[in-house]
Amino acid sequence: MSNGILVFAEHRDGSLNKTSFEAIAAAQSLGAELGQEVSAVLLGSGASGLAEEIAAYALSKVIYAENEKLKEYTPDGYTDAMERVIRAADPQYVIMPHTYLVRDYAPKLAARFGKGLISDCIRAKISDGVVTFTRRIFLGKMDADVVSDGEPPVFATFQSGAYRGDQAQKGSSAAQVETMPVEVGEVRMKPEAPFQEVKQAVDLSKADVIVAIGRGIKSKENIELAEKLAAALGGDIAASRPICDAEWLPIDRQIGSSGQTVAPKLYIALGISGAIQHLVGMKNSGTIVAINKDPEAPIFDIADYGIVGDLFDAVPVLTEEIKKIKEQ
Amino acid sequence: MKIIVLMKQVANKDAILRINKEGTWIEEGDLSFEVNESDGYALEESLRLKEKHGGEVIVCSMGPQRVKTVIKDALARGADRAIHVSGDDLQHLSPYAAANILADAVRDEQPDLIMTGLQSDDYGYAQTGVIMAELLGMPHATIVIEVDASGEQLRVKRELESGWYQWYEMPKPALLTIQSGISQIRYATLKGIMAAKKKEIKEVSPAIDARPSHQRIEKIYLPEKTKQTQFLGNGDAKAGAVALAEKLRNEARVI
Repeated sequence: MSNGILVFAEHRDGSLNKTSFEAIAAAQSLGAELGQEVSAVLLGSGASGLAEEIAAYALSKVIYAENEKLKEYTPDGYTDAMERVIRAADPQYVIMPHTYLVRDYAPKLAARFGKGLISDCIRAKISDGVVTFTRRIFLGKMDADVVSDGEPPVFATFQSGAYRGDQAQKGSSAAQVETMPVEVGEVRMKPEAPFQEVKQAVDLSKADVIVAIGRGIKSKENIELAEKLAAALGGDIAASRPICDAEWLPIDRQIGSSGQTVAPKLYIALGISGAIQHLVGMKNSGTIVAINKDPEAPIFDIADYGIVGDLFDAVPVLTEEIKKIKEQ
Repeated sequence: MKIIVLMKQVANKDAILRINKEGTWIEEGDLSFEVNESDGYALEESLRLKEKHGGEVIVCSMGPQRVKTVIKDALARGADRAIHVSGDDLQHLSPYAAANILADAVRDEQPDLIMTGLQSDDYGYAQTGVIMAELLGMPHATIVIEVDASGEQLRVKRELESGWYQWYEMPKPALLTIQSGISQIRYATLKGIMAAKKKEIKEVSPAIDARPSHQRIEKIYLPEKTKQTQFLGNGDAKAGAVALAEKLRNEARVI
Protein backbone atom coordinates (compact mmCIF):
# COMPACT_ATOMS: atom_id res chain seq x y z
CA MET A 1 0.00 0.00 0.00
CA SER A 2 1.46 3.27 -1.12
CA ASN A 3 2.29 5.61 1.67
CA GLY A 4 4.40 8.65 2.43
CA ILE A 5 5.78 11.55 0.50
CA LEU A 6 9.01 11.40 -1.44
CA VAL A 7 10.69 14.70 -2.25
CA PHE A 8 13.30 15.05 -4.99
CA ALA A 9 16.38 17.11 -4.15
CA GLU A 10 18.26 18.68 -7.04
CA HIS A 11 21.93 19.58 -7.04
CA ARG A 12 24.55 20.94 -9.39
CA ASP A 13 28.27 21.55 -9.09
CA GLY A 14 28.38 20.03 -5.63
CA SER A 15 25.67 22.14 -4.05
CA LEU A 16 21.97 21.73 -3.50
CA ASN A 17 19.67 23.83 -5.60
CA LYS A 18 17.75 26.33 -3.43
CA THR A 19 14.49 25.13 -4.91
CA SER A 20 15.22 21.75 -3.31
CA PHE A 21 14.63 23.33 0.10
CA GLU A 22 11.40 24.84 -1.18
CA ALA A 23 10.33 21.37 -2.31
CA ILE A 24 11.23 19.98 1.13
CA ALA A 25 9.09 22.72 2.72
CA ALA A 26 6.22 21.82 0.38
CA ALA A 27 6.53 18.12 1.16
CA GLN A 28 6.74 18.74 4.91
CA SER A 29 3.65 20.92 4.79
CA LEU A 30 1.72 18.21 2.91
CA GLY A 31 3.11 15.52 5.21
CA ALA A 32 2.02 17.37 8.36
CA GLU A 33 -1.52 17.83 7.08
CA LEU A 34 -1.89 14.33 5.69
CA GLY A 35 -0.17 12.67 8.64
CA GLN A 36 2.37 11.05 6.32
CA GLU A 37 6.09 10.62 6.60
CA VAL A 38 8.36 12.60 4.31
CA SER A 39 11.53 11.17 2.88
CA ALA A 40 13.92 12.71 0.37
CA VAL A 41 15.80 11.28 -2.58
CA LEU A 42 19.06 12.48 -4.05
CA LEU A 43 20.64 10.98 -7.17
CA GLY A 44 24.34 11.11 -7.91
CA SER A 45 27.77 9.63 -7.79
CA GLY A 46 30.15 10.64 -5.01
CA ALA A 47 27.50 12.97 -3.64
CA SER A 48 26.90 11.36 -0.23
CA GLY A 49 27.94 14.64 1.42
CA LEU A 50 24.89 16.34 -0.09
CA ALA A 51 22.68 13.51 1.15
CA GLU A 52 24.08 14.14 4.66
CA GLU A 53 23.26 17.83 4.24
CA ILE A 54 19.63 17.05 3.46
CA ALA A 55 19.50 14.65 6.40
CA ALA A 56 19.65 17.66 8.72
CA TYR A 57 16.02 18.38 7.80
CA ALA A 58 13.02 16.81 9.50
CA LEU A 59 12.69 13.77 7.24
CA SER A 60 12.06 10.10 7.98
CA LYS A 61 15.04 9.20 5.80
CA VAL A 62 17.14 10.28 2.87
CA ILE A 63 17.58 7.85 0.00
CA TYR A 64 20.85 8.41 -1.75
CA ALA A 65 20.64 6.55 -5.06
CA GLU A 66 24.11 6.06 -6.43
CA ASN A 67 25.44 5.09 -9.83
CA GLU A 68 28.47 6.24 -11.83
CA LYS A 69 26.06 7.17 -14.65
CA LEU A 70 24.37 9.71 -12.37
CA LYS A 71 27.49 11.85 -12.03
CA GLU A 72 26.08 14.21 -14.61
CA TYR A 73 22.40 14.84 -15.17
CA THR A 74 20.82 13.11 -18.17
CA PRO A 75 17.09 12.46 -18.64
CA ASP A 76 17.73 8.75 -19.33
CA GLY A 77 19.89 8.28 -16.23
CA TYR A 78 17.67 10.23 -13.85
CA THR A 79 14.48 8.58 -15.11
CA ASP A 80 15.83 5.04 -14.70
CA ALA A 81 17.17 5.78 -11.22
CA MET A 82 14.05 7.58 -9.99
CA GLU A 83 11.77 4.88 -11.35
CA ARG A 84 13.63 2.26 -9.32
CA VAL A 85 13.65 4.39 -6.17
CA ILE A 86 9.92 5.06 -6.46
CA ARG A 87 9.06 1.40 -7.11
CA ALA A 88 11.06 0.44 -4.01
CA ALA A 89 9.77 3.23 -1.74
CA ASP A 90 6.15 3.09 -3.02
CA PRO A 91 5.21 6.65 -1.99
CA GLN A 92 1.76 8.17 -2.38
CA TYR A 93 3.15 11.54 -3.49
CA VAL A 94 6.34 12.48 -5.30
CA ILE A 95 7.10 16.18 -4.86
CA MET A 96 9.63 18.02 -7.02
CA PRO A 97 10.68 21.61 -7.69
CA HIS A 98 9.55 22.88 -11.12
CA THR A 99 13.06 23.55 -12.42
CA TYR A 100 14.36 23.21 -15.97
CA LEU A 101 16.00 19.92 -14.93
CA VAL A 102 12.79 18.49 -13.51
CA ARG A 103 10.82 19.69 -16.54
CA ASP A 104 13.33 17.79 -18.66
CA TYR A 105 13.01 14.36 -17.09
CA ALA A 106 9.98 14.18 -14.78
CA PRO A 107 7.32 13.81 -17.52
CA LYS A 108 9.31 10.82 -18.82
CA LEU A 109 9.41 9.40 -15.30
CA ALA A 110 5.68 9.88 -14.75
CA ALA A 111 5.01 8.25 -18.14
CA ARG A 112 6.65 5.07 -16.81
CA PHE A 113 3.79 5.02 -14.29
CA GLY A 114 1.21 5.66 -17.02
CA LYS A 115 0.53 9.29 -16.17
CA GLY A 116 1.71 12.89 -16.30
CA LEU A 117 2.71 15.39 -13.66
CA ILE A 118 0.54 17.90 -11.90
CA SER A 119 3.08 20.49 -12.93
CA ASP A 120 4.09 23.98 -11.89
CA CYS A 121 1.78 24.19 -8.85
CA ILE A 122 1.63 27.38 -6.81
CA ARG A 123 -0.08 25.89 -3.76
CA ALA A 124 -1.77 22.81 -2.36
CA LYS A 125 -4.74 22.65 0.00
CA ILE A 126 -5.91 19.62 1.90
CA SER A 127 -9.42 18.88 3.00
CA ASP A 128 -10.69 15.48 4.14
CA GLY A 129 -7.41 13.93 3.09
CA VAL A 130 -7.80 15.09 -0.51
CA VAL A 131 -5.09 17.30 -1.91
CA THR A 132 -6.18 20.07 -4.27
CA PHE A 133 -3.30 21.49 -6.25
CA THR A 134 -3.47 24.94 -7.81
CA ARG A 135 -1.74 25.61 -11.12
CA ARG A 136 -1.44 28.76 -13.16
CA ILE A 137 -2.87 28.44 -16.66
CA PHE A 138 -3.13 30.77 -19.66
CA LEU A 139 0.27 32.29 -18.90
CA GLY A 140 -0.88 33.35 -15.44
CA LYS A 141 -4.25 34.82 -16.40
CA MET A 142 -6.19 32.06 -14.63
CA ASP A 143 -5.72 29.58 -11.81
CA ALA A 144 -6.95 26.00 -11.95
CA ASP A 145 -7.68 23.75 -8.98
CA VAL A 146 -6.64 20.24 -9.88
CA VAL A 147 -7.14 16.90 -8.12
CA SER A 148 -5.62 13.56 -8.95
CA ASP A 149 -8.16 10.90 -9.87
CA GLY A 150 -5.98 7.86 -10.40
CA GLU A 151 -3.77 5.43 -8.54
CA PRO A 152 -0.72 6.60 -6.59
CA PRO A 153 1.94 7.81 -6.88
CA VAL A 154 0.83 11.36 -7.62
CA PHE A 155 3.63 13.40 -9.19
CA ALA A 156 3.53 17.12 -8.48
CA THR A 157 6.02 19.91 -9.14
CA PHE A 158 5.98 23.28 -7.39
CA GLN A 159 6.89 26.58 -8.90
CA SER A 160 9.92 28.44 -7.56
CA GLY A 161 8.74 30.66 -4.70
CA ALA A 162 5.54 28.69 -4.01
CA TYR A 163 7.04 27.65 -0.68
CA ARG A 164 9.86 29.30 1.21
CA GLY A 165 13.07 27.34 1.46
CA ASP A 166 13.88 28.88 4.85
CA GLN A 167 10.67 27.34 6.17
CA ALA A 168 11.93 23.82 5.56
CA GLN A 169 12.15 22.37 9.07
CA LYS A 170 15.35 20.95 10.48
CA GLY A 171 15.12 17.71 12.43
CA SER A 172 16.03 17.28 16.10
CA SER A 173 18.56 14.71 15.00
CA ALA A 174 19.96 13.80 11.60
CA ALA A 175 17.76 11.59 9.44
CA GLN A 176 19.13 8.24 8.38
CA VAL A 177 20.83 8.22 4.98
CA GLU A 178 20.10 5.03 3.08
CA THR A 179 22.58 4.53 0.26
CA MET A 180 20.95 2.60 -2.54
CA PRO A 181 23.10 1.37 -5.42
CA VAL A 182 20.72 1.81 -8.32
CA GLU A 183 20.67 0.25 -11.76
CA VAL A 184 20.71 2.58 -14.73
CA GLY A 185 20.23 1.37 -18.30
CA GLU A 186 21.67 2.82 -21.49
CA VAL A 187 22.12 6.59 -21.41
CA ARG A 188 21.64 7.85 -24.95
CA MET A 189 22.45 11.51 -24.51
CA LYS A 190 25.96 12.83 -23.89
CA PRO A 191 26.07 16.17 -22.08
CA GLU A 192 28.92 18.60 -22.57
CA ALA A 193 29.98 21.04 -19.84
CA PRO A 194 27.48 23.82 -19.06
CA PHE A 195 28.66 27.32 -19.98
CA GLN A 196 27.63 30.96 -19.91
CA GLU A 197 27.27 32.60 -23.31
CA VAL A 198 29.01 35.88 -22.76
CA LYS A 199 29.72 37.53 -19.50
CA GLN A 200 26.66 39.61 -18.88
CA ALA A 201 27.48 43.18 -19.75
CA VAL A 202 24.62 44.60 -17.73
CA ASP A 203 23.99 43.64 -14.13
CA LEU A 204 20.43 44.72 -13.45
CA SER A 205 20.40 43.14 -10.01
CA LYS A 206 22.03 46.30 -8.62
CA ALA A 207 19.61 48.75 -10.26
CA ASP A 208 17.41 50.92 -8.00
CA VAL A 209 14.90 51.72 -10.70
CA ILE A 210 13.95 49.54 -13.65
CA VAL A 211 11.63 50.44 -16.50
CA ALA A 212 10.70 47.20 -18.26
CA ILE A 213 8.91 46.83 -21.54
CA GLY A 214 6.86 44.00 -23.01
CA ARG A 215 4.89 43.22 -26.14
CA GLY A 216 2.71 46.28 -25.57
CA ILE A 217 5.55 48.52 -26.77
CA LYS A 218 4.66 47.26 -30.26
CA SER A 219 7.79 48.31 -32.19
CA LYS A 220 11.50 48.83 -31.71
CA GLU A 221 11.14 52.56 -32.45
CA ASN A 222 8.80 52.97 -29.49
CA ILE A 223 11.44 51.83 -27.02
CA GLU A 224 12.75 55.39 -26.99
CA LEU A 225 9.65 56.35 -25.02
CA ALA A 226 10.57 53.94 -22.24
CA GLU A 227 14.23 55.00 -22.39
CA LYS A 228 13.21 58.61 -21.78
CA LEU A 229 11.21 57.55 -18.73
CA ALA A 230 14.14 55.48 -17.44
CA ALA A 231 16.48 58.45 -18.00
CA ALA A 232 14.15 60.79 -16.08
CA LEU A 233 14.13 58.32 -13.18
CA GLY A 234 17.85 57.59 -13.36
CA GLY A 235 16.99 53.94 -13.94
CA ASP A 236 17.80 51.11 -16.28
CA ILE A 237 15.79 49.73 -19.15
CA ALA A 238 14.84 46.05 -19.20
CA ALA A 239 12.39 43.80 -21.00
CA SER A 240 10.34 40.64 -20.96
CA ARG A 241 11.37 37.73 -23.13
CA PRO A 242 9.50 38.53 -26.40
CA ILE A 243 11.35 41.84 -26.71
CA CYS A 244 14.75 40.16 -26.45
CA ASP A 245 13.62 37.31 -28.73
CA ALA A 246 12.77 39.92 -31.36
CA GLU A 247 16.26 41.41 -30.74
CA TRP A 248 14.83 44.83 -29.94
CA LEU A 249 16.96 44.79 -26.79
CA PRO A 250 19.99 42.60 -26.02
CA ILE A 251 19.44 39.44 -24.00
CA ASP A 252 21.28 40.85 -20.99
CA ARG A 253 18.30 43.17 -20.49
CA GLN A 254 15.90 40.27 -20.08
CA ILE A 255 14.10 39.79 -16.75
CA GLY A 256 12.66 36.43 -15.75
CA SER A 257 13.42 32.75 -15.32
CA SER A 258 15.71 32.60 -18.33
CA GLY A 259 17.14 36.08 -17.73
CA GLN A 260 18.04 38.12 -14.67
CA THR A 261 16.32 38.19 -11.30
CA VAL A 262 15.96 41.69 -9.93
CA ALA A 263 14.54 43.48 -6.89
CA PRO A 264 14.83 47.24 -7.44
CA LYS A 265 13.11 49.85 -5.26
CA LEU A 266 10.88 50.76 -8.19
CA TYR A 267 9.85 48.51 -11.08
CA ILE A 268 7.72 49.97 -13.84
CA ALA A 269 6.23 47.39 -16.22
CA LEU A 270 5.06 48.88 -19.51
CA GLY A 271 2.90 46.70 -21.71
CA ILE A 272 3.98 43.54 -19.89
CA SER A 273 1.15 41.09 -19.28
CA GLY A 274 3.05 39.28 -16.53
CA ALA A 275 3.60 35.65 -17.54
CA ILE A 276 4.92 33.54 -14.68
CA GLN A 277 8.34 33.35 -16.31
CA HIS A 278 8.60 37.13 -16.06
CA LEU A 279 7.06 37.50 -12.60
CA VAL A 280 9.54 35.14 -10.95
CA GLY A 281 12.30 37.49 -12.03
CA MET A 282 10.86 40.68 -10.51
CA LYS A 283 8.14 39.96 -7.97
CA ASN A 284 10.37 40.88 -5.03
CA SER A 285 10.75 44.46 -6.24
CA GLY A 286 9.87 47.20 -3.73
CA THR A 287 7.21 49.24 -5.50
CA ILE A 288 5.71 47.73 -8.64
CA VAL A 289 3.90 49.84 -11.22
CA ALA A 290 2.04 48.33 -14.15
CA ILE A 291 0.68 50.14 -17.17
CA ASN A 292 -1.33 47.86 -19.44
CA LYS A 293 -4.43 48.13 -21.56
CA ASP A 294 -5.73 44.72 -20.41
CA PRO A 295 -7.35 45.07 -16.96
CA GLU A 296 -7.05 41.29 -16.49
CA ALA A 297 -3.29 41.19 -17.14
CA PRO A 298 -1.66 39.11 -14.37
CA ILE A 299 0.95 41.81 -13.81
CA PHE A 300 -1.75 43.75 -11.91
CA ASP A 301 -1.92 40.93 -9.33
CA ILE A 302 1.43 41.97 -7.98
CA ALA A 303 1.36 45.70 -8.78
CA ASP A 304 1.12 48.39 -6.10
CA TYR A 305 -0.03 50.96 -8.64
CA GLY A 306 -1.79 50.27 -11.88
CA ILE A 307 -2.92 52.27 -14.85
CA VAL A 308 -5.34 50.52 -17.17
CA GLY A 309 -4.86 52.23 -20.47
CA ASP A 310 -2.64 53.00 -23.39
CA LEU A 311 1.01 53.24 -22.40
CA PHE A 312 1.59 55.62 -25.31
CA ASP A 313 -0.71 58.10 -23.56
CA ALA A 314 0.57 57.49 -20.05
CA VAL A 315 4.35 57.30 -20.48
CA PRO A 316 5.08 60.75 -22.01
CA VAL A 317 2.96 62.40 -19.31
CA LEU A 318 4.60 60.35 -16.58
CA THR A 319 8.06 61.27 -17.89
CA GLU A 320 7.23 64.98 -17.86
CA GLU A 321 5.69 64.80 -14.37
CA ILE A 322 8.75 63.03 -13.02
CA LYS A 323 11.06 65.60 -14.60
CA LYS A 324 9.04 68.36 -12.90
CA ILE A 325 9.29 66.62 -9.53
CA LYS A 326 13.03 66.04 -9.92
CA GLU A 327 13.59 69.72 -10.79
CA GLN A 328 11.82 70.92 -7.65
CA MET B 1 15.51 13.94 -42.95
CA LYS B 2 11.87 13.48 -42.06
CA ILE B 3 10.69 15.95 -39.42
CA ILE B 4 7.33 16.01 -37.67
CA VAL B 5 6.30 19.27 -36.03
CA LEU B 6 3.57 19.20 -33.42
CA MET B 7 1.61 22.42 -33.29
CA LYS B 8 -1.20 23.37 -30.96
CA GLN B 9 -3.86 25.98 -31.40
CA VAL B 10 -4.44 28.06 -28.27
CA ALA B 11 -6.50 31.09 -27.24
CA ASN B 12 -5.18 34.32 -28.66
CA LYS B 13 -2.81 36.04 -26.22
CA ASP B 14 -4.82 39.24 -26.22
CA ALA B 15 -8.19 37.52 -25.94
CA ILE B 16 -10.33 38.42 -22.95
CA LEU B 17 -10.97 35.10 -21.25
CA ARG B 18 -14.38 34.36 -19.79
CA ILE B 19 -14.98 31.36 -17.54
CA ASN B 20 -17.63 28.87 -18.71
CA LYS B 21 -20.84 28.14 -16.78
CA GLU B 22 -19.44 24.97 -15.24
CA GLY B 23 -16.40 26.93 -14.06
CA THR B 24 -14.09 24.29 -15.49
CA TRP B 25 -12.71 26.03 -18.57
CA ILE B 26 -13.04 29.17 -20.60
CA GLU B 27 -15.90 29.99 -22.92
CA GLU B 28 -14.55 29.05 -26.34
CA GLY B 29 -17.53 29.93 -28.52
CA ASP B 30 -16.51 33.42 -29.56
CA LEU B 31 -12.82 33.14 -28.79
CA SER B 32 -10.10 33.94 -31.31
CA PHE B 33 -7.28 31.43 -31.61
CA GLU B 34 -3.68 31.44 -32.72
CA VAL B 35 -0.79 29.03 -32.94
CA ASN B 36 1.00 28.34 -29.67
CA GLU B 37 4.01 30.65 -29.68
CA SER B 38 6.84 28.17 -29.16
CA ASP B 39 5.29 25.73 -31.67
CA GLY B 40 5.69 28.44 -34.30
CA TYR B 41 9.40 28.47 -33.55
CA ALA B 42 9.51 24.66 -33.75
CA LEU B 43 8.06 24.89 -37.26
CA GLU B 44 10.56 27.55 -38.28
CA GLU B 45 13.47 25.44 -37.01
CA SER B 46 12.20 22.36 -38.86
CA LEU B 47 11.89 24.34 -42.12
CA ARG B 48 15.45 25.61 -41.71
CA LEU B 49 16.73 22.06 -41.11
CA LYS B 50 14.93 20.87 -44.21
CA GLU B 51 16.45 23.69 -46.27
CA LYS B 52 19.90 22.73 -45.01
CA HIS B 53 19.68 18.94 -45.11
CA GLY B 54 16.77 18.13 -47.41
CA GLY B 55 13.84 15.94 -46.51
CA GLU B 56 10.30 16.55 -45.50
CA VAL B 57 8.39 18.51 -42.85
CA ILE B 58 5.06 17.13 -41.69
CA VAL B 59 2.91 19.27 -39.45
CA CYS B 60 0.65 17.54 -36.96
CA SER B 61 -2.07 19.27 -34.98
CA MET B 62 -4.76 17.90 -32.71
CA GLY B 63 -8.19 19.34 -32.02
CA PRO B 64 -11.52 20.27 -33.63
CA GLN B 65 -11.89 21.53 -37.21
CA ARG B 66 -10.69 25.01 -36.25
CA VAL B 67 -7.10 23.74 -35.92
CA LYS B 68 -7.04 23.49 -39.73
CA THR B 69 -6.18 27.20 -39.62
CA VAL B 70 -2.91 26.34 -37.89
CA ILE B 71 -2.27 23.49 -40.31
CA LYS B 72 -2.94 25.57 -43.42
CA ASP B 73 -0.74 28.36 -42.15
CA ALA B 74 2.11 25.89 -41.54
CA LEU B 75 1.67 24.44 -45.04
CA ALA B 76 1.77 27.96 -46.48
CA ARG B 77 5.04 28.65 -44.64
CA GLY B 78 6.60 25.58 -46.20
CA ALA B 79 5.56 22.36 -44.45
CA ASP B 80 5.06 19.58 -47.02
CA ARG B 81 1.99 17.82 -45.70
CA ALA B 82 -0.10 17.50 -42.56
CA ILE B 83 -1.78 15.14 -40.15
CA HIS B 84 -4.89 16.44 -38.43
CA VAL B 85 -5.76 14.41 -35.35
CA SER B 86 -9.38 15.34 -35.31
CA GLY B 87 -11.92 15.32 -32.51
CA ASP B 88 -13.93 17.72 -30.42
CA ASP B 89 -12.60 17.20 -26.90
CA LEU B 90 -9.02 16.32 -27.68
CA GLN B 91 -7.64 19.68 -26.57
CA HIS B 92 -8.68 18.93 -22.98
CA LEU B 93 -6.84 15.65 -22.63
CA SER B 94 -4.23 15.17 -19.93
CA PRO B 95 -0.65 15.37 -21.21
CA TYR B 96 -0.27 11.58 -20.94
CA ALA B 97 -3.45 10.87 -22.91
CA ALA B 98 -2.56 13.52 -25.50
CA ALA B 99 0.96 12.12 -25.89
CA ASN B 100 -0.45 8.61 -26.41
CA ILE B 101 -2.77 9.72 -29.18
CA LEU B 102 -0.12 11.85 -30.87
CA ALA B 103 2.43 9.04 -30.64
CA ASP B 104 -0.03 6.68 -32.32
CA ALA B 105 -0.73 9.25 -35.02
CA VAL B 106 2.92 9.70 -36.03
CA ARG B 107 4.52 6.34 -35.19
CA ASP B 108 4.18 4.81 -38.68
CA GLU B 109 5.82 7.83 -40.29
CA GLN B 110 9.11 6.79 -38.64
CA PRO B 111 10.42 10.36 -38.44
CA ASP B 112 14.08 11.22 -37.82
CA LEU B 113 13.08 14.14 -35.66
CA ILE B 114 9.98 15.30 -33.84
CA MET B 115 9.85 18.91 -32.76
CA THR B 116 7.36 20.91 -30.74
CA GLY B 117 7.25 23.97 -28.52
CA LEU B 118 8.44 23.77 -24.92
CA GLN B 119 4.95 24.26 -23.49
CA SER B 120 1.50 25.39 -24.46
CA ASP B 121 0.22 28.82 -23.59
CA ASP B 122 -3.13 27.49 -22.34
CA TYR B 123 -2.70 24.49 -20.04
CA GLY B 124 1.04 25.00 -19.76
CA TYR B 125 1.77 21.41 -18.78
CA ALA B 126 5.16 21.32 -20.59
CA GLN B 127 5.00 17.52 -20.77
CA THR B 128 3.37 16.22 -23.95
CA GLY B 129 6.57 16.15 -26.02
CA VAL B 130 8.67 14.47 -23.36
CA ILE B 131 6.03 11.81 -22.67
CA MET B 132 5.75 11.15 -26.41
CA ALA B 133 9.50 10.59 -26.62
CA GLU B 134 9.23 7.99 -23.88
CA LEU B 135 6.28 6.27 -25.58
CA LEU B 136 8.11 6.20 -28.91
CA GLY B 137 11.36 5.06 -27.31
CA MET B 138 13.28 8.14 -28.48
CA PRO B 139 15.81 10.25 -26.59
CA HIS B 140 14.72 13.84 -26.06
CA ALA B 141 15.95 17.28 -25.10
CA THR B 142 13.85 20.16 -23.78
CA ILE B 143 14.15 23.95 -24.00
CA VAL B 144 16.35 23.69 -27.08
CA ILE B 145 17.69 26.88 -28.65
CA GLU B 146 20.01 25.53 -31.34
CA VAL B 147 20.02 22.36 -33.42
CA ASP B 148 22.97 20.96 -35.34
CA ALA B 149 21.85 18.03 -37.47
CA SER B 150 24.86 17.92 -39.80
CA GLY B 151 26.55 14.90 -38.21
CA GLU B 152 25.57 11.31 -37.59
CA GLN B 153 24.60 12.33 -34.05
CA LEU B 154 22.31 15.22 -33.28
CA ARG B 155 23.83 18.12 -31.31
CA VAL B 156 21.46 20.43 -29.48
CA LYS B 157 22.00 23.45 -27.28
CA ARG B 158 19.75 23.56 -24.25
CA GLU B 159 18.92 26.55 -22.15
CA LEU B 160 19.50 26.07 -18.43
CA GLU B 161 18.49 28.56 -15.75
CA SER B 162 20.00 32.01 -15.13
CA GLY B 163 21.88 32.46 -18.41
CA TRP B 164 23.57 29.03 -18.53
CA TYR B 165 23.58 26.73 -21.55
CA GLN B 166 24.62 23.19 -22.35
CA TRP B 167 25.21 21.15 -25.49
CA TYR B 168 23.89 17.59 -25.67
CA GLU B 169 24.63 14.93 -28.22
CA MET B 170 22.16 12.15 -28.97
CA PRO B 171 21.28 9.66 -31.69
CA LYS B 172 18.40 10.10 -34.10
CA PRO B 173 15.46 9.66 -34.09
CA ALA B 174 14.92 12.13 -31.27
CA LEU B 175 12.32 14.53 -29.94
CA LEU B 176 13.14 18.16 -29.19
CA THR B 177 11.07 20.82 -27.44
CA ILE B 178 11.94 24.24 -28.78
CA GLN B 179 12.25 27.49 -26.84
CA SER B 180 10.65 30.65 -28.24
CA GLY B 181 13.07 33.01 -29.95
CA ILE B 182 15.33 30.35 -31.48
CA SER B 183 15.17 32.25 -34.80
CA GLN B 184 13.09 34.81 -36.65
CA ILE B 185 9.87 33.30 -37.92
CA ARG B 186 9.19 33.66 -41.65
CA TYR B 187 5.92 34.89 -43.10
CA ALA B 188 3.88 32.86 -45.54
CA THR B 189 4.36 34.12 -49.09
CA LEU B 190 1.51 34.41 -51.59
CA LYS B 191 3.17 31.62 -53.55
CA GLY B 192 3.30 29.54 -50.38
CA ILE B 193 -0.37 30.14 -49.67
CA MET B 194 -1.29 29.06 -53.21
CA ALA B 195 0.95 25.99 -53.02
CA ALA B 196 -0.55 25.00 -49.67
CA LYS B 197 -3.93 24.41 -51.25
CA LYS B 198 -2.58 21.38 -53.07
CA LYS B 199 -0.86 19.85 -50.05
CA GLU B 200 -2.21 16.75 -48.36
CA ILE B 201 -3.96 16.97 -44.97
CA LYS B 202 -4.54 13.48 -43.62
CA GLU B 203 -7.30 13.34 -41.05
CA VAL B 204 -7.29 10.71 -38.31
CA SER B 205 -9.93 10.28 -35.62
CA PRO B 206 -8.49 8.56 -32.58
CA ALA B 207 -10.35 6.49 -30.04
CA ILE B 208 -10.14 8.20 -26.66
CA ASP B 209 -8.83 6.18 -23.77
CA ALA B 210 -11.36 6.20 -20.94
CA ARG B 211 -8.84 5.50 -18.19
CA PRO B 212 -8.38 8.13 -15.43
CA SER B 213 -6.42 11.19 -16.50
CA HIS B 214 -4.68 11.45 -13.12
CA GLN B 215 -5.47 15.12 -13.10
CA ARG B 216 -8.89 16.61 -13.22
CA ILE B 217 -9.62 20.32 -13.20
CA GLU B 218 -12.25 21.04 -10.56
CA LYS B 219 -12.55 24.73 -11.28
CA ILE B 220 -10.76 27.67 -12.79
CA TYR B 221 -10.87 31.24 -11.54
CA LEU B 222 -9.07 34.56 -11.71
CA PRO B 223 -5.91 34.45 -9.58
CA GLU B 224 -6.29 35.69 -6.04
CA LYS B 225 -4.51 38.98 -5.76
CA THR B 226 -1.49 39.02 -3.52
CA LYS B 227 -1.37 42.80 -3.45
CA GLN B 228 -4.02 45.47 -3.25
CA THR B 229 -3.41 47.41 -6.42
CA GLN B 230 -4.32 51.09 -6.46
CA PHE B 231 -5.74 51.77 -9.90
CA LEU B 232 -5.15 55.32 -11.03
CA GLY B 233 -6.78 57.51 -13.64
CA ASN B 234 -10.03 55.58 -13.84
CA GLY B 235 -9.53 54.70 -17.49
CA ASP B 236 -7.83 57.99 -18.39
CA ALA B 237 -4.19 57.01 -18.89
CA LYS B 238 -2.90 60.60 -18.88
CA ALA B 239 -4.68 61.48 -15.63
CA GLY B 240 -3.41 58.18 -14.26
CA ALA B 241 0.17 59.17 -15.11
CA VAL B 242 -0.16 62.49 -13.27
CA ALA B 243 -1.60 60.74 -10.21
CA LEU B 244 1.09 58.07 -10.41
CA ALA B 245 3.97 60.58 -10.32
CA GLU B 246 2.45 62.13 -7.21
CA LYS B 247 1.99 58.72 -5.51
CA LEU B 248 5.54 57.64 -6.31
CA ARG B 249 6.81 60.86 -4.79
CA ASN B 250 4.63 61.26 -1.70
CA GLU B 251 3.30 57.80 -0.86
CA ALA B 252 5.83 55.23 -2.06
CA ARG B 253 8.67 57.79 -1.74
CA VAL B 254 10.72 56.15 -4.44
CA ILE B 255 11.46 59.29 -6.49
